[in-house]
Amino acid sequence: MNPTLTIARRELKGYFASPVAFVVIVIFLLFSAFFTFMLAGLFEQGQATLSQTRYSLGFFGWHPWLYLFLVPALGMRMWSEERRMGTIELLLTMPVTPWQAIVGKFLAAWVVVGLALLLTFPVVVTVNYLGSPDNGVIVSGYIGSFLMAGAYLAVTSMTSALTRNQVVSFILAVVICFFLILAGYPPVTDLLTNWAPTWFVEGIASFSVSTHFESLQKGIIDSRNLLYFLSVMAFSLFTTSVIIRAHRAG
Amino acid sequence: MIQVQNLRKEFGPKVAVNGVSFTVEKGEVLGFLGPNGAGKSTSMRMITGFIPPTEGSIKVGEFDMLENPIPAKRLIGYLPENAPSYADMSVRGFLAFTAELRGLSGDAGKKAVNRVLEMCFLENVQHQSVETLSKGYRHRTCFAQSIIHDPEVLILDEPTDGLDPNQKHEVRTLIKKMGETKAIIFSTHILEEVEAVCSRAIIIDRGTIVANGTPRDLKMRSEHAGAVTVKLVDGDGAAIAAKLGHLNGVDRVTVTSQRPLTLSVFPRKNAGSDDLSRAIADLAFQERWSLQGLHVEEGRLDEVFRAITLPDTKTKKEETK
Repeated sequence: MNPTLTIARRELKGYFASPVAFVVIVIFLLFSAFFTFMLAGLFEQGQATLSQTRYSLGFFGWHPWLYLFLVPALGMRMWSEERRMGTIELLLTMPVTPWQAIVGKFLAAWVVVGLALLLTFPVVVTVNYLGSPDNGVIVSGYIGSFLMAGAYLAVTSMTSALTRNQVVSFILAVVICFFLILAGYPPVTDLLTNWAPTWFVEGIASFSVSTHFESLQKGIIDSRNLLYFLSVMAFSLFTTSVIIRAHRAG
Repeated sequence: MIQVQNLRKEFGPKVAVNGVSFTVEKGEVLGFLGPNGAGKSTSMRMITGFIPPTEGSIKVGEFDMLENPIPAKRLIGYLPENAPSYADMSVRGFLAFTAELRGLSGDAGKKAVNRVLEMCFLENVQHQSVETLSKGYRHRTCFAQSIIHDPEVLILDEPTDGLDPNQKHEVRTLIKKMGETKAIIFSTHILEEVEAVCSRAIIIDRGTIVANGTPRDLKMRSEHAGAVTVKLVDGDGAAIAAKLGHLNGVDRVTVTSQRPLTLSVFPRKNAGSDDLSRAIADLAFQERWSLQGLHVEEGRLDEVFRAITLPDTKTKKEETK
């Protein structure tokens, strides 16, 4: 069997052997239900949509914020625990390339987030029961949300390779992801437009998950948006491998 | 099987390993000795491909560890220092995972796991999670992992650390048996272990090899090597020492204990210990001494170890001059 899959399977078992996966999934479901139905007022808005609108964050609009804490919490031990326990020495002296280990670990955590996302299906059922939403737009929103979670996870993989302390790894990941949200968050971009040239504001905003996630929520599966998320993932995972190599070289 | 040439590792300004070269063939058990921080673990980490050397080359089998790490790593079984393992897995699950990474899945994997469970006496705890095990069991779990694919090369960093005397004995017997067909390197602090298991030993100090030879060769370097120990029930120490001192080929005589009277007779360089012991026996017979014991010292490994690794012993001082 491919070592990447072997490692991913072990990691996945690890997530469910400890309460980590359950806690993350349950909290994600509880909060997304609470935000969607109570705060965003899905029932009151009179529109069968899950995307964020001018007046409400809807269902998907909360995800960047929910992931901001849950994804780093899920992924913070990815490499820091290996370093703390010394198992990294075991893993990397197996006939396995660091890249296979990095991708394997990343995939396992991504599957956990994917599972959490799949379990939000009652929301989709509800809007379909109440009205007739554009399900294509909903699928596109889900794709965007999953990709965004992947981007956060890749960032967490990177910060977790930096330190053997999980708390430090968590905080660093939250800070970086927070920046990724804020760079394109309307209140912040509005602030910038007052004094900065448009190209600058747009440049900053193009680094943001918010901008790209919003267009996916509108049902626009643009290659630029996909490319953005994929390149954040590729860059962060590549940086993870650089950090691990540097750490081994001493 | 293992060829290490001019291995050097720097951590910032600190040189951890400096110009280490040696080879290990199949059927050899190489003991790696040295004080703490001498560079044993760093050397092993480089040989197993965990950390890259600053300089030097490592060849395992026909593969270069730096240019072709994956096939080289396939040949090696490795027990890292402190025997790490995934705490949240069961012993069986952990071993199955490592077997799979070694390319043993399905029936072959199951067979390999059962084999090492039996070899390392882990059958009783196979379904327990690693974190609930005592240190000895954890250690053996990681040891089991290192031999799961029946590797040609085995690298063990302090394999008997934290084991009780029975387990130590079992692990040593296992290493010695496997050493008949594999190339094994293992590090230890326990000198008797080297004598019991190794066919060759290397002493490493401050990153460089200071001695390399069979345990017997190394012991010959001891001050006591070749000295004849004479044990008598009683007698006048000084008088007997004087008489022994007049024998042919005797360098000096020391009284090491009074009751029973024990003397060490050091032969001159190039003088044989066997002739000397015969002469002493004849003398004792003539003088009607109450001889209790007479034997030729093989030398003591701990003495050699201290002499060449302690920074403030004579030999070291002379060396630095």
